[in-house]
Amino acid sequence: MGISVDENLCNRCGTADEPMCVRDCPGDLMFIKENNKAAITDNRECWDCAACVKVCPTQAISMQLPTSLVVRGVTLKGRALKHKTTWAIRLRDGDVHHYDTPSTGKPPFTPQL
Amino acid sequence: MNQVELACDVLIIGGGAAGCVAAVEARERAPELSVVVMEKAHVYRSGCLAAGISALNAYLTTGETAESFLRYAIRETIGVVRDDLTLTMARELNAQVKRVEDWGLPIPRDEMGAPLKRGRASIKIFGERIKPILGKRAEASGATILNRVNATGLAVQDGRVVGAFGFGVRDGTFYIVRAKTVLVCTGGAAGLYRPSNPGGAAHRMWYSPFNTGAGLAMGIRAGAEMTSFEFRFIPLRIKDAMAPTGEIAQWLGAKQINARGEAYLEKYYEHLGGKRMLTQDRLYATLMEHRAGRGPCYLDLRGVNPRKLDGTIAAYLSMAPSTAMIMSDEAYYAGHGGEMAPVEITGGEPHVVGGHGLSGYWIDSARRATLPGLYAAGDVAGGTPKKYASGAWAEAVLAVRAMIDELRSQPAATALAPDVVEQERTRVFAPIAQPGPVPARDFEERLQKVMDEYAGGISVQYGYAEGTLRIARLHLERLEGELEALGAATPYELMHCHEVIDRVEVARTLLTHMSHRRETRWHCYQERLDYPERDDEHFMIFVNSVREADGSLRIIERPVERATIDVVLPPLSDGAVIRQPFGNGTLGDSSDPKD
Repeated sequence: MGISVDENLCNRCGTADEPMCVRDCPGDLMFIKENNKAAITDNRECWDCAACVKVCPTQAISMQLPTSLVVRGVTLKGRALKHKTTWAIRLRDGDVHHYDTPSTGKPPFTPQL
Repeated sequence: MNQVELACDVLIIGGGAAGCVAAVEARERAPELSVVVMEKAHVYRSGCLAAGISALNAYLTTGETAESFLRYAIRETIGVVRDDLTLTMARELNAQVKRVEDWGLPIPRDEMGAPLKRGRASIKIFGERIKPILGKRAEASGATILNRVNATGLAVQDGRVVGAFGFGVRDGTFYIVRAKTVLVCTGGAAGLYRPSNPGGAAHRMWYSPFNTGAGLAMGIRAGAEMTSFEFRFIPLRIKDAMAPTGEIAQWLGAKQINARGEAYLEKYYEHLGGKRMLTQDRLYATLMEHRAGRGPCYLDLRGVNPRKLDGTIAAYLSMAPSTAMIMSDEAYYAGHGGEMAPVEITGGEPHVVGGHGLSGYWIDSARRATLPGLYAAGDVAGGTPKKYASGAWAEAVLAVRAMIDELRSQPAATALAPDVVEQERTRVFAPIAQPGPVPARDFEERLQKVMDEYAGGISVQYGYAEGTLRIARLHLERLEGELEALGAATPYELMHCHEVIDRVEVARTLLTHMSHRRETRWHCYQERLDYPERDDEHFMIFVNSVREADGSLRIIERPVERATIDVVLPPLSDGAVIRQPFGNGTLGDSSDPKD
């Protein structure tokens, strides 16, 4: 199923230049519609890599799995910050689980495992 | 039609793991050189590393050497491996990992300063941002990056590669890049076979679905020698998510169990090495369990500390985020705080991918392909298995050093003959303005169906025989003849057309290689039902091929040369061990279930 865009949140990255989800999609699947909101051309082509999800500055993009794998209701959001990425997995009952993953750092790197 | 012409010293085709490091190496080592990178997507999130990775599976951990890495590779490929390539790559691994760490890749280390080990050749990393880290370095190197330009073909003149062609996937601009040296590092080929997930989930696969074999196809068309396509890599994966199992198997130490809850590797397959068996046999044994009525098989997560499981979910978020979603959903069904259910495992569809297996360009130890001016590195280069991301960096660096050497003695770039340019332009844009066009997806599905059913896909449990290959070849020939009906209304659709054209080219070579190796050396990867035994007398060789000018493929058999370069290897029991099925433990070392 790939991703969906919450048009209330998408602000086209507040720029007239190329929005970041359009820039980063490895399949060139993201585009800007006439109403200036991001959209995906074809969710069947999506690799579920979450590049667009993480880079979205307003967290307008969320990922769902294809319906043949998991029914709708489980979603993933994320946000790439300078040194970490924060994640939120929403489960079927509405419970949200939060995770942080380290993303960049200078050696020696000390993780909090 | 718009056209852009560029000239450079070094052209890098593909801005993935290998390509980004190659660009930096070229510019750092020889700042006077002009470097162009042609990238189909955007270097920030393109290729295999787009989602991130949670481990580097080619690294010499404490006590390991290039030679021990080679012994491991020899055992895994049952003797057919390029020792020179493997040794030169292995010697470069740790330096390149350190380099990317200095660029900002977080690598957790123990109190002694050594990276945290996941296996003998595998270390843990926090690699969610790995591709942007590489891409931004490539950008800052001063190389000219052509994002969203799909390479279509090599420019060959008087037998020498003198550049490449491509088109902009958004604007349809035709790119002509003249280059004194060319490095191809476009990755392997996904999408040759029907994928494990259906329809809307077809791209929920392990390998990048956007790696469509372009670099392989352009090499084949140009007449470069290719090796070992028949060594198809088939990953053992977490079912549905198709994510790597190493995070659970290695990091959590979860055992492979069958439906009866038995640790089947140890219980039924001691003759294959038990839990120290080869990567291919891990998959083979899993299939055998199914046939014996004891399937499906699982990785046993029962009893795993839930706190550690959180770390695993975080690791999957950094490489295969959908897996984290599926595991969380499973945990939800298992009940909050309840025991984690075992995770089902299965084989994926076969890929032609030289970073895991053996298939790709036939190169020398300087990473030169058989066409002058052309080099190859990473998943597109053959002969060295177990390269993965860090091995791709190592190969890229080795290639660039040789390119710089060649450039020092190389005369000025040659002009491109107009007919060479026109021929490619016509070929590239043929699908545009096609009356009554057939969409690329139709051909893609037909290719995948044929390959799946007749050339050892998932539906036939990877097995094939000469009879089935013959049918596959017939279907493929017909399909090739019909490719001229391919049509595209936009540059984006044109990209899909070329993806399927390239896949058909790769598949044709694959079938020829599969047909030539009349033995079964690599279970599942190369499973000949009509020749089920290994035949060292005739097939301890590389099966290579070259496409002739008339389009036919000529097979070339090349011998395995054991450690002929400047290195003294520990004795290999005079080769006798190699001839025994699966070795007896003295040849190499235990494999790690990381693939």
